Amino acid sequence: MAHSYTPGLRVTAHATIRKERRLPIAGHVVVEQGAAVRAEDEVARAELPGDVDTVNVVNQLGIPPGELASYMLKKQGDAVARDEVVAETRPWLKWFKSAARSPLDGTIETISPITGQVMVRGAPRPVTVRAYIDGTVVEMEEREGVVIETTGAFVQGIFGVGGETSGEVAVVGDGPDAVIGPDDLTDDLAGKIVIAGALITSDVYERASGIGLAALVCGGFHDRDLRRLLGYDLGVAITGHEAIQPILIMTEGFGRIAMAAATYELLASHAGQRASANGATQIRAGVLRPEIIIPRVGERGTAEVADAVVMAGLTPGSHIRIIREPGFGRLGVVKSLPTGIQAVESEAQVRVVEVEFADGTSSIVPRANVEAIES
Amino acid sequence: MKPQDLNVIVATDCGSTTTKAILIERADDGYRQTFRGEAPTTVEAPFEDVTRGVLNALTELEELSGRRILDGERIITPSRDGEGVDIYISTSSAGGGLQMMVAGVVKSMTGESAQRAALGAGAIVMDVLASNDQRPPHEKIERIRTLRPDMVLLSGGTDGGTVTHVVELAEFLAAANPRPRLGSTYQLPVVYAGNRDAREPVAETLKGKAELHFTENLRPVLERENLAPAREEIHELFLKHVMAQAPGYKKLMEWVGAPIMPTPAAVGEIMQTIARRQGINLVGVDIGGATTDVFSVFGEGFNRTVSANLGMSYSVSNVLAEAGLPNILRWVPFDLDEAELRDRIKNKMIRPTTIPHTLEDLKIEQAIAREALRLAFVQHKQLAVSLTGVQRTRTVSEAFDESLAGLTLIDMRTLDLIVGSGGVLSHAPRRAQAMLMMIDAFQPEGVTRLAVDSIFMMPHLGVLSQVHEAAAEEVFVRDCMINLGTCVSAVNRGKAGAKCFDYAFEADGEQRQGTVKVGELKFEPLGEGQTATVRLEPGRGIDLGEGKGREIEAEVLGGVVGLVFDGRGRPIAVPDKERSSVLTQWAQALDAYPA
Repeated sequence: MAHSYTPGLRVTAHATIRKERRLPIAGHVVVEQGAAVRAEDEVARAELPGDVDTVNVVNQLGIPPGELASYMLKKQGDAVARDEVVAETRPWLKWFKSAARSPLDGTIETISPITGQVMVRGAPRPVTVRAYIDGTVVEMEEREGVVIETTGAFVQGIFGVGGETSGEVAVVGDGPDAVIGPDDLTDDLAGKIVIAGALITSDVYERASGIGLAALVCGGFHDRDLRRLLGYDLGVAITGHEAIQPILIMTEGFGRIAMAAATYELLASHAGQRASANGATQIRAGVLRPEIIIPRVGERGTAEVADAVVMAGLTPGSHIRIIREPGFGRLGVVKSLPTGIQAVESEAQVRVVEVEFADGTSSIVPRANVEAIES
Repeated sequence: MKPQDLNVIVATDCGSTTTKAILIERADDGYRQTFRGEAPTTVEAPFEDVTRGVLNALTELEELSGRRILDGERIITPSRDGEGVDIYISTSSAGGGLQMMVAGVVKSMTGESAQRAALGAGAIVMDVLASNDQRPPHEKIERIRTLRPDMVLLSGGTDGGTVTHVVELAEFLAAANPRPRLGSTYQLPVVYAGNRDAREPVAETLKGKAELHFTENLRPVLERENLAPAREEIHELFLKHVMAQAPGYKKLMEWVGAPIMPTPAAVGEIMQTIARRQGINLVGVDIGGATTDVFSVFGEGFNRTVSANLGMSYSVSNVLAEAGLPNILRWVPFDLDEAELRDRIKNKMIRPTTIPHTLEDLKIEQAIAREALRLAFVQHKQLAVSLTGVQRTRTVSEAFDESLAGLTLIDMRTLDLIVGSGGVLSHAPRRAQAMLMMIDAFQPEGVTRLAVDSIFMMPHLGVLSQVHEAAAEEVFVRDCMINLGTCVSAVNRGKAGAKCFDYAFEADGEQRQGTVKVGELKFEPLGEGQTATVRLEPGRGIDLGEGKGREIEAEVLGGVVGLVFDGRGRPIAVPDKERSSVLTQWAQALDAYPA
């Protein structure tokens, strides 16, 4: 097996970060090449075709579809208002008159002589794409979108919920293994991206929501609390569309797990600075992890591009984290990489790694159950 | 090259995460699978070329076999002087496989037939649109717009039947103007397999909005389905459009000596080949990380379903969401805090490649697998049904039984074989674990054989069966399928502790016999290749598949596990209070876990 371990998450102090900002359909780019933009600035916009609704005119008027055209008051392409009559019968006695009305404001799209349906398309829906990060427009694709580039710190979490946001970084609690309470959150944290130790509980989340935090970043979160927060059991790990505030980013996993020291220190060292965060996660081929980006505006770095995929192998001395029981979340260093297959407690025959922990003890772990972390 | 001239065959399956290559060689005693190599699939960034992964897997195959297969980036064909291969074939489910949306007029009639056609062609069905599906038109249009299928199968109306409703469906499609998932430069392929009288107005409605392909009506009359032409058209369009748009597939299509098949379609092929050649009814399952496919062949009837979000890694959390915590916990043989179980399952979801290190973790994972398999089988039974809308004569008992059992084609009492595939079954540390998982999940009735796919090569053999059916079957029987043994089960439940049935048989020259109590699981060894005639005498009121109190004599096949006598009845009930001890006893009967 070429890659029997999980590539680690990116935690980098200096990176050149490029973000593609694309419209869902062709539209207009509203910024210039080379322009400096802020996260909340609009960079492109488009109009999505409006919703379509149908009027079953033949049923409503009690006429055969083939005769529909002669009862129509509107033709294809005509604008109509909600409740405006689009077709009607013309009986001798007005009492027997029946009419079909438009269900919405829009335009008549089709009139079908086969089904007797009239389709009305509503007004186009505007969509805007914002810059998401503070940076510079470095690429433009006409009618499609732009690429924004910035230099700064880049941290990937393991799982998140909620979409893009931005705000100032703030730290609450006494370090990466702290568990904060609701009272630790003060009103001045409104709109901020708050870094908070090993675990966020649901009462802390509720308080954060009441204050109006932009994002909560923590080591872990309990699944039962996530269920409470979302109102359903999350089945498939495709997130980012949840309308929640604050967004939530876990750096380590589910449960109470101290945030990796490197992650915590990096984020804490940027307290007071503006950052962008996105909880969107997608765990399938083409993995998407939640992220926190802290740009250093005006600084053009030569550091590596964060979007690059790092697939370097494990070697003795590599720093790793255990990502499955027993010892989930423990950090250690690769002591050796025995060749060949070994049986572990479950009797599974697997490739293993010998890991040495800070207390001097060591243990044999399946290679699939460790992830490389940056030292 | 003629099939009989094929001596060396290399086959790959380009899965969503791994590309698996196998080498099949002809020796004096026939075809054998000899070596296997694998490498990560390279459809996604940064590689975006499926052939990189194929070349890497073939390179590993070269290293392991010592046979030169590649000349640079070219597969050497035909084989000569111990180099190269005679044919290269492949299946693919990379990039999400084939994702389709289907439409029919009546949901339970043409809608269901269309669904069966698409599933049989190896697709994941994203939604079934029907005139009577209760959704208002604007919701249907919005749904079509938001889904981005690779292809749409539009059906509806028997020949000479409704035109209006079919055209209405086409109008919804036209209004939504959906874009294909891969590539924005081509129009969405739509296969029309409905009322032939509606062809012209459908074509008029979809003009300029979709690339329309006509094929025979998949339900020409209510009494008959005609799914093959639609399936073939879907295959062809899959290669022409979907595959051709996926990164690197144009090149891959030039390398292969037979059309690339969607992985589930290939597995379906091999299942049908085996059932036909051996004259048996079978159920097959492939439980993956993201999806679980179930196949069944009963007589002439073949069905396949895919449970798109039931799986053991990416979808493991969805098993919890769909089955519910109590259903998973009922298979866990020790006390476990619910909150902890939830966190563990979610941690597997976010780090899907991890494996159970501890025995406790393994048991939890196998508990989840039982529920994933059970749910996938329930979904299969719901779709593998006799045609709705057909008048049929019913017996008195059928008339009283309006439930699913009256309609489903899955008859557990006539089922001969259950074949399991996928990591959690194929790679279970002890084969008895796989056998127990399958018995608990599928709950076979009467006498049923069980087997697992040794190293997941059914897709490869499925595509091979298109080229050389006999070779595919030879390899399937010798190297792919591992017989686990036979399960003998009571169909109904009796009084706890009372006699369920007595058994007696002769093996290795000695007479073996015993009594199975109600609620008990017993095991008898019977090795691979061995057969025996078992005489079964049921207890009072017990049904062993042929009626209450009726004695049975049955031929049973041994395997790497042996014979399992199951007195638990159906459905299996795990007692709440004594859960741990009962589950432990059942596992001990088969020596499923280390002490």
